[in-house]
Amino acid sequence: MLTVQNLYASYGAITALHGVSLEVAEGEIVALLGINGAGKSTTLKSITGVLRPVRGSITFLGEEIANKSPESTVKKGISLVPEGRDIFGSLTVEENLRLGAFANRDRARYKTDLDEMFQLFPILKERFHQAGGLLSGGEQQMLAIARALMSRPKLLMLDEPSLGLSPTMTDQIFELISGLHERGTTILLVEQNAERALEIVDRAYLLTTGSLEFSGTPDELRRKVDIASVYFGGEDDDHCEVQL
Amino acid sequence: MIDLEFIINTVSLGSLYALLSLGLVFVYGILKLVNFAYGEYIMVAGYAMHVIGQNRGIPWYVTMAIAVLLAAAVSYATELVAFRPVRTKSLTALIVTSFAVSVFLQNVVLITISPRSRAVPLPAFFSQTLTLGTATIPVRNLVIIGTTIVLLIGLTFVMKKTVLGIAMRAAADKFTTTRLMGVPANLVISATFIISGLLAGVVAIFWVGRSASVDPLIGAAPLLIAFIATVMGGMHSLVGAVIGGFVYGLLFNILSIMLPATMISYRDAFMFMIVILFLLFRPEGIWRGGYTEERVG
Repeated sequence: MLTVQNLYASYGAITALHGVSLEVAEGEIVALLGINGAGKSTTLKSITGVLRPVRGSITFLGEEIANKSPESTVKKGISLVPEGRDIFGSLTVEENLRLGAFANRDRARYKTDLDEMFQLFPILKERFHQAGGLLSGGEQQMLAIARALMSRPKLLMLDEPSLGLSPTMTDQIFELISGLHERGTTILLVEQNAERALEIVDRAYLLTTGSLEFSGTPDELRRKVDIASVYFGGEDDDHCEVQL
Repeated sequence: MIDLEFIINTVSLGSLYALLSLGLVFVYGILKLVNFAYGEYIMVAGYAMHVIGQNRGIPWYVTMAIAVLLAAAVSYATELVAFRPVRTKSLTALIVTSFAVSVFLQNVVLITISPRSRAVPLPAFFSQTLTLGTATIPVRNLVIIGTTIVLLIGLTFVMKKTVLGIAMRAAADKFTTTRLMGVPANLVISATFIISGLLAGVVAIFWVGRSASVDPLIGAAPLLIAFIATVMGGMHSLVGAVIGGFVYGLLFNILSIMLPATMISYRDAFMFMIVILFLLFRPEGIWRGGYTEERVG
């Protein structure tokens, strides 16, 4: 469904991606792992068109989408749950969801999709008329996911959905992501919390400083790489902070 | 001194300045650009009324409607031709472009019409007054208040209830994320320039209506007022702009009645002093808005 080939991207003089290639097949759930600064978000930014890649190709459903604008990639069926949730804080929950559905403006479909979101996230129904900025971190993450789903994406990409959430909330979000996958959504998940991500994905890619270090199934990854100590700092969270 | 006449005149002046500031902040919110060509949209509408007004057969309301639409069209045209090509460059490039557009438009009328001021014919009620008890009130001031109420209700509806309005508010907050929802950047930016131009056109009717004349430099004063009002009210939200407009009108009228006759010509100096105090002690303005400073990329 999505094929990224030999992707190079840079921020000014600093090259962030050195020839990354990855693939996501229809119905799959794939993780993109790595520490801060490894190029995970840069990869997603290039796919969505927020960042113009220097070189390389990105094809989605057989169509080249590198250098396309962000608004057109959404229309093609790729939806992103941005890092840090990035909901519109001054807009109500309702308005956030309406914007999420901007790409397909069909009134009847909007109603059906909205009901579906209320079933997935009952809290959003309760908070429907509240400003997004007043929601708790976990609720904002749910809103960000619901907002992304409102465009009925063929491929859902999530950037660090568990970042800054309590352990209980993290559990809920991961459960939800697996639930979405079981319903047939193709998912590309970017996570720093590698252990948790590996529990729910079919395959994983490991990025280090802008290039692919490893790709394979979660079992293969666990066998070949000492996840806890080398790449993710294990329990030592400060290790990751330093890498910023 | 604070009587009905004062209140109505102050509300009317505040209304005009509120519309003026709104037009400036609409574009600022999205592009983070203070559009120095904004005054020229007012000038364009003024000249439209001058030119169309020569033809006595055309009713005044048609003339005014055309003037307002022309201001919006020129605002949109400047976005397409001048601002769009430099939008992703630096903010400095945008500001310099806005000065260029301003000078260009001034010179177009200077060359094609005249460097001197020209008369603008207006309907009779613009110079009539109404007596309410002891108060003498220009009819024009009541029309300004009525127009402002209608426009503010209309704009509130657009911004709160239509998808385009919601997208414009979202884009003022987080531009890139708004595009990730599938909202085209050009659509949002064009819409803000058109609304900004419409507001400039409406303001022009009343601004030109005071002196019944228009000259190439007529846009300078309203631009300055809009800028000062938004600094006081808060540049980061539409509500702040409206508040700033009304506060400007109030302060200006209070100064007008408080200052002794010998100092009345220093009224502007006092206004600037107040602005300096705002910049020193409350640089974010009266209304602390929620916008971030993300620029269009």
